[in-house]
Amino acid sequence: MSNFVQANLPYLLAGISVGGQYALIAIGYTMVYGILRLINFAHGDVFMVAGLVMVYTTTAMPMYLSIPLVIVATVVLGFLIERVAYKPLRSAPRMSVMISAIGVSYLLQNCALYFTGGLAQVYPTIPWLSNSVTIGSATTKVVTIVTPILTVVLVFALVLFIQKTKIGMAMRAVSKDFETSQLMGIKINSVISMTFVIGCFLAAIGSLLYFTNYPSVIPTSGSMPGLKAFVAAVFGGIGSIPGAVIGAFVIGICENIIKGLGSSWTIFSDAFTFVLLIVVLLVKPTGIFGEKATDKV
Amino acid sequence: MSEKTPVLHVENITMQFGGVMAVNNLSLDVPEGEIIALIGPNGAGKTTAFNCITGVYEPTNGLVEFCGLPMVRNFPRGKMKKLYQGQHADKYAHDPAIRPTPDKITELGIARTFQNIRLWKSMTVFDNVLTAKHMRADQNVFSATFRTNAREEKRMRAETEALLAEQDLLQYRDELAVSLPYGLQRRLEIARALATEPKLLLLDEPAAGMNPQETADLAAFIQQIREKYGLTVFLIEHHMDLVMQISDYIYVIDFGSEIARGVPQEIQNDRRVIDAYLGVSEE
Amino acid sequence: MEKTLRKDPAGKIGAAISACLIAALYIFLILLDNVLPANSFTLMLIPVLKKGAIYSLICVSMNLLNGFTGLFSLGQAGFLLVGAYAYSIFAIPADQHAAVYQYFDGGAIGFSIPEALSRLLGENAGNFVGAIICIIIAGLVAAAFAALIGVPVLRLKSDYLAIATLGFAEIIRAIFQWNGLGPVTNGSNMLRKYTNFSAIQIGNIKLATAFPFFISMICIGLIVLLIHSSYGRAFKAVRDDEVAAEAMGISLFKHKMLSFVISSFFAGVGGALLAMYQTTIQANAFKSAMTYEILLIVVIGGIGSISGSCIASFLYIACNEWWLRFLDSGSFFGISVPFFRDGFRKVVFSVLIMVIVLFFSRGIMGDKELSFAGMIRKHRNKTAEGGDGQ
Repeated sequence: MSNFVQANLPYLLAGISVGGQYALIAIGYTMVYGILRLINFAHGDVFMVAGLVMVYTTTAMPMYLSIPLVIVATVVLGFLIERVAYKPLRSAPRMSVMISAIGVSYLLQNCALYFTGGLAQVYPTIPWLSNSVTIGSATTKVVTIVTPILTVVLVFALVLFIQKTKIGMAMRAVSKDFETSQLMGIKINSVISMTFVIGCFLAAIGSLLYFTNYPSVIPTSGSMPGLKAFVAAVFGGIGSIPGAVIGAFVIGICENIIKGLGSSWTIFSDAFTFVLLIVVLLVKPTGIFGEKATDKV
Repeated sequence: MSEKTPVLHVENITMQFGGVMAVNNLSLDVPEGEIIALIGPNGAGKTTAFNCITGVYEPTNGLVEFCGLPMVRNFPRGKMKKLYQGQHADKYAHDPAIRPTPDKITELGIARTFQNIRLWKSMTVFDNVLTAKHMRADQNVFSATFRTNAREEKRMRAETEALLAEQDLLQYRDELAVSLPYGLQRRLEIARALATEPKLLLLDEPAAGMNPQETADLAAFIQQIREKYGLTVFLIEHHMDLVMQISDYIYVIDFGSEIARGVPQEIQNDRRVIDAYLGVSEE
Repeated sequence: MEKTLRKDPAGKIGAAISACLIAALYIFLILLDNVLPANSFTLMLIPVLKKGAIYSLICVSMNLLNGFTGLFSLGQAGFLLVGAYAYSIFAIPADQHAAVYQYFDGGAIGFSIPEALSRLLGENAGNFVGAIICIIIAGLVAAAFAALIGVPVLRLKSDYLAIATLGFAEIIRAIFQWNGLGPVTNGSNMLRKYTNFSAIQIGNIKLATAFPFFISMICIGLIVLLIHSSYGRAFKAVRDDEVAAEAMGISLFKHKMLSFVISSFFAGVGGALLAMYQTTIQANAFKSAMTYEILLIVVIGGIGSISGSCIASFLYIACNEWWLRFLDSGSFFGISVPFFRDGFRKVVFSVLIMVIVLFFSRGIMGDKELSFAGMIRKHRNKTAEGGDGQ
């Protein structure tokens, strides 16, 4: 066992780190699904846009300004997407909203393609986060250690927010029963906007941490992490925040261990996530922490 | 009741949702050619009982026989085994479970309508009935695509036409089913159920939302189709006039359990029924 | 329906017009390939026509599933990939294997179906028949994959089904890129040198453009026949109300599976045609973005409309590859526009798509079909009404 850990320490560390980053994206998916029953396909692309905004802002201003700006810009983007692309379709069939989400994803990717000219944009080095540290036999970046800690802190804060504040209570009510909570006078639109704001805020932070580990951002950078984060949300039981976080760590760690198995298996590190997804959907479609719903006939 | 094998025999059906006993140990018989009613106040578990019979739900425990052959048979399993406290908890534990999907049950010869009408909304009146003929047609996907089933298709269309003519729906044949008035939609749903060529017809509140005149017409209509197709009818209904007028035998349930059974006169005078139902929520 | 068609002369006239138009189309296509000069116009037109025909088939196959059976599947790219690979693997001439499978010692398959048939039937006939056989194999392999995937996946509902099929498409892509299967799939390297459209001819008549039209039209015709059959009605019943369909004796699993397998068969055929069109293929290109693109075309055309999907495919391809090219070129009728640079076309496109999704969610055709008989009837009714008024 200790041999295994010894040998795989770099992969394990990378896995925990990536898992934390997926967790931050997955929360956005799981909250939106919990409330709107919508797979927000554009969420991964919002995450990518956050990366690009970081690239562009750091060329124009110091880091301590650009980081808050990235977060604000991402939140605004998420808010606008909801208002423009999802709100008009509130009474439309679920399939239409999902198609709209796919359309937004397509739009964001193409806009990114246009602005970057199709070239990979070099991600700036964030001081301190990019420094190297050595743990045991592995050398890694500070971000690897910061990510899981930050993730846990943020999730804890979020859970407190949802449990203790008034708007958090409204969110829980809306996710339990959309129509009834509307009848009870909950301002549904502000609750939904809040969900998107929180989801995008976390995605922006996730993006800062995630891209620090990668040299550059391309327009499709967001789609894979987005899908994986969604799978994490399904794995944990969609709608459940702790579930999404646990799912994200499981996926992050497993895929990095697969990468460690050897080069011929690397190709399956992405596929593994989907195998996991299908197994979960078949064995326990509601995920680990999901609630069961029955159709009324 | 009669000595003949009943068309439908339900034994110890129990349906539990979490801690709620929607149907509790219900047993009943539907003899051939009769009209049997299942009544009870709102939320008594009538529709759930129907859903257990038609395979929409898997009952937690119990047996359903159709013409003497077991059709649904289940026993409490897993977590349910502990939860289920019915008196026949172990009765079916040693028989293999039978849990067919609803289409298999329809194929055996049981057709149903729904409490909240479920017509196919993008289809015309004609196509709604024609599609219900799909199950019994002698064809496969290749013969249907390459039109080598033309004779079968022709037969289905002719039969559909006849069925619609008989239900006075022929004039609406090319209209969208959902554009029909409520009463006609109910009638169309019955026509669609008849298209599956059933022996037993389950009607879930066929008179819901109808005015007295429509209800009276419906009563005549139900008796008429029973005569014509040699059907057995099992219905859930709230309109007491209708139930008392056409039923041969009545079962009353409340909170999932049977509280009375008998011919209409007996039920009308039964104290428990009046307490539970007639006295309280007569419409 | 059929009865009224037969009695109604509009049906006959409509059918006659369609037949004439189709004949004219093929004559034009054959002229295009053989007689008409290659200039800047035909050089743009030919690829648009070919790709448009192929995309029509692909979109119609997706529409069968999403529009007519109500199964929101996002696995189309996976089945295209399977079809494209199955076609190419059996259509690479033996003497090219060493070059194509250079990292895998010439690969495990030492023959090519078109080549083998060429020896029997002569080169042109061999290529033609061989290509068709390979296309059918492509469809069958894709259908087999669908049958395997369908067993677990089709039990899932709406968005869970979408995400599971998307997942399977990604798994398929990983499997085809895996070096372990390299001798067959060439790992993550591209497959090339297989029989493509330029090899399809009868006698001296080249059929490079007519061939994809021919195959697509047959396949779409089959899908239309299916949709208007008893099974098509059962599919629609499943789409409209699963509970009612099941209660009327329509087995959900059987019919969903049928629709899934048939749709995948035609997606496989579409994949094979796409491989022929592109002349090289690589698993890496069949990402989920491709499925999204197809889905968006289906939405533009109208979910539940076959003719809508075809019109939208040609429009999309024409705009994408031809009419809106100027948006990328930096100038508009000679006037230079600074923001017209690479990628602007796609931005305009995505905005258009969003406008359609948000404001015209029924697409071009809604769930109606384009039919000449219908147009004639409508026109006649209109004139009749006008006559009454006067």
